Amino acid sequence: MITAKEVTKHYGEKIALGGVNLNIPKGSIYGLLGPNGAGKTSFIRIMNQINAPDSGEILFDNRPLQIKDISSIGYLPEERGLYKKMKVGEQVLYLAKLKGLTTAQAKERARMWFDRLDMRSFWDKKVEDLSKGMAQKVQFVTTVLHEPELLIFDEPFTGFDPINTNLIKNEIKRLNSEGATVIFSTHRMESVEEICDHIGLINNGAVMVEGPLLEIRKRYKDGTYSFTTTVPFDFEKNTVVSQGESHTGYQTVLKLDDYPKNLMIDLVEKGQLIAFEEVLPTVSDIFIDIVQNGPKQHSL
Amino acid sequence: MRSPILLIIEREFITRVRKKTFLVITIIAPVLFAALMIVPGVLASLPADHKNIVVLDEPALLLPEVGNDQFALDYLNPKEFDLALAKDYLRDSDKDALLYIPAGEGWDPDFIKRNILLYGKEDIGMELQGFIENRIEDKINRQKLLKQGVDPEVVNQAKTQVNIKSFTLGEEDGQDETSATPLKMGLGYIAGMMIYFFIFFYSVQVMRGVIEEKTSRIVEVIISSVRPYQLMLGKILGIGLVGVVQFLIWIILSSLIYVVVSQFVYPEIFAQQVISGPNGADLSVLETTGIFDMVSSINFPLVLGGFVFYFFGGYFLYSALFAALGSAIDQEADSQQFMLPVTAPMIIAIITAMNVIQEPNGQLAFWMSMIPLTSPITMMIRLPFGIPLWEVALSGAILVASFFAVVGIASKIYRVGILMYGKKVTWKELYKWLKY
Repeated sequence: MITAKEVTKHYGEKIALGGVNLNIPKGSIYGLLGPNGAGKTSFIRIMNQINAPDSGEILFDNRPLQIKDISSIGYLPEERGLYKKMKVGEQVLYLAKLKGLTTAQAKERARMWFDRLDMRSFWDKKVEDLSKGMAQKVQFVTTVLHEPELLIFDEPFTGFDPINTNLIKNEIKRLNSEGATVIFSTHRMESVEEICDHIGLINNGAVMVEGPLLEIRKRYKDGTYSFTTTVPFDFEKNTVVSQGESHTGYQTVLKLDDYPKNLMIDLVEKGQLIAFEEVLPTVSDIFIDIVQNGPKQHSL
Repeated sequence: MRSPILLIIEREFITRVRKKTFLVITIIAPVLFAALMIVPGVLASLPADHKNIVVLDEPALLLPEVGNDQFALDYLNPKEFDLALAKDYLRDSDKDALLYIPAGEGWDPDFIKRNILLYGKEDIGMELQGFIENRIEDKINRQKLLKQGVDPEVVNQAKTQVNIKSFTLGEEDGQDETSATPLKMGLGYIAGMMIYFFIFFYSVQVMRGVIEEKTSRIVEVIISSVRPYQLMLGKILGIGLVGVVQFLIWIILSSLIYVVVSQFVYPEIFAQQVISGPNGADLSVLETTGIFDMVSSINFPLVLGGFVFYFFGGYFLYSALFAALGSAIDQEADSQQFMLPVTAPMIIAIITAMNVIQEPNGQLAFWMSMIPLTSPITMMIRLPFGIPLWEVALSGAILVASFFAVVGIASKIYRVGILMYGKKVTWKELYKWLKY
């Protein structure tokens, strides 16, 4: 869907993006992750053609990004708001028409979305009379109303209450299953882990690792295993990461150099093993690992 | 699908026109304006306040003067009254004021003029005091002349009033135009002030609009759909359109009110006003030159066309600057430090307006009407005086060219500024944005 080739962007002396290469597959839910100031928003603004890159290019569906692609993108910025004095309905129609819909199309789809998200009573209200949660729903609707192929959410869940977060997450998943490509940009890496299938980790204006989430987590696995046993078991002290009681028994997480074949045989023979699994690193574990040790090449 | 810039113009226009403040300003302004034209006439026609003045005229200086319609003079006998008695008399009578002219020693006019007293039951009005001073000065002058053996009639006949007929030399004989300096001065000044006011009024609205979009955080959503310069231009054009509509309503309403009042409510006042001018001022100068010649000597289509052109030229130029300014700050209160440098040229143009009026073809006037930041005001002041067409064309061309240059620069600052939050912006910073 989106391919970035050596995209750079400077603001005066400051380098925001120093040669970003990314590939966001069509139909994916892609997490663009990194700490604050990593360059995520700079990159998103280039995708939205708000800013132009100093060098490099962005391909949209394998051809250079064009002005007309704006109507194929829905963008919910981190700094988002609405005209306070305008009525909700008028505002939704206005924003939809700016994206290229006709008045009739915009009206029909807005009605549909207002029904779906239980917002019918908002239509004639002024934005300043809405609660924060209501305004967030309106913002979400304005982002998706023109049925874009690509949806970009920058820090989408900051300031959302849990109910709205859940509602919007489900709507986004549904839109994705209907074919939309979704980009989440956030510094709260744990918040998107469950819904992203691809991620790109970005730091100091450069992509450090990118690809399918599961593959990356496997690549960065570090020999961490979890054992749940019926009675406390005396593991080798220097391998234990954490230990505690779980609802079925006693859980111990170990960090080992090799697959613990002998240990498992021992435990099974004693009849004490309830569960065993390999623990994959979380995205933030991977991020810290990369910042400290540098990225790993593809392993087998 | 409509062009996004049209959608933006439409929104800017409709949200403003629907506001109550628009309605109020649009209706109230012409009423005020019409009142400005009508009230002086009505006031002048009101019956003047009649006053009775009792005079204790010891030297018989004013006698037998009886005053006029407004001020009636009555005399007390100096043999029966002194000042104290005269004051008592005033207290008990229905008279309004007491004028005391003391004789002093040996009828010395200089003594008399220093010791005249005027008592009123209420404050003595300027008009009454002026009337009495005038009469007494006349009498004393007369007495002084007589003392020197000069016949006052001779002096009266020697007084001369000069009314020069002035013309602007035409290309050929018979094309000379009656010069109408006072009228042109007035017209130029009013037009210049109006341009200043309107440019300022509407440009500040552009700035407010930009700040509103920035503080409400809607702006990034919008510019992910349209180019930043489209948003800026749409806003400028939309508010400009509000200005046009407001103008039209003002002109139509003002003339309507004027016509209704002058034809139906107070026809007699206006019939009189045409001849005597507002406030009954003496228009003999105008009459001798021929007021119609004067009016027709002004190229009204040029002045009117100029007004429209320079309003839009100036408005576009300044509103682009104000838009850039609005984008750079987070709230209107922060605008002060940038406001003055931006508006300084307009203020200079207003300050120098008098010099320009006195010398509409001088160096100052010429250069100020070429510099695009001052030309809308200065050129408007000069236009009624008849300016060589090449000057108007050059000034207009410079204005249009600089509009494009300024929009280019302003939109660069705007594009960066609208996405910049919580940063105290300096001039240096703005300069850096040009290169982002």
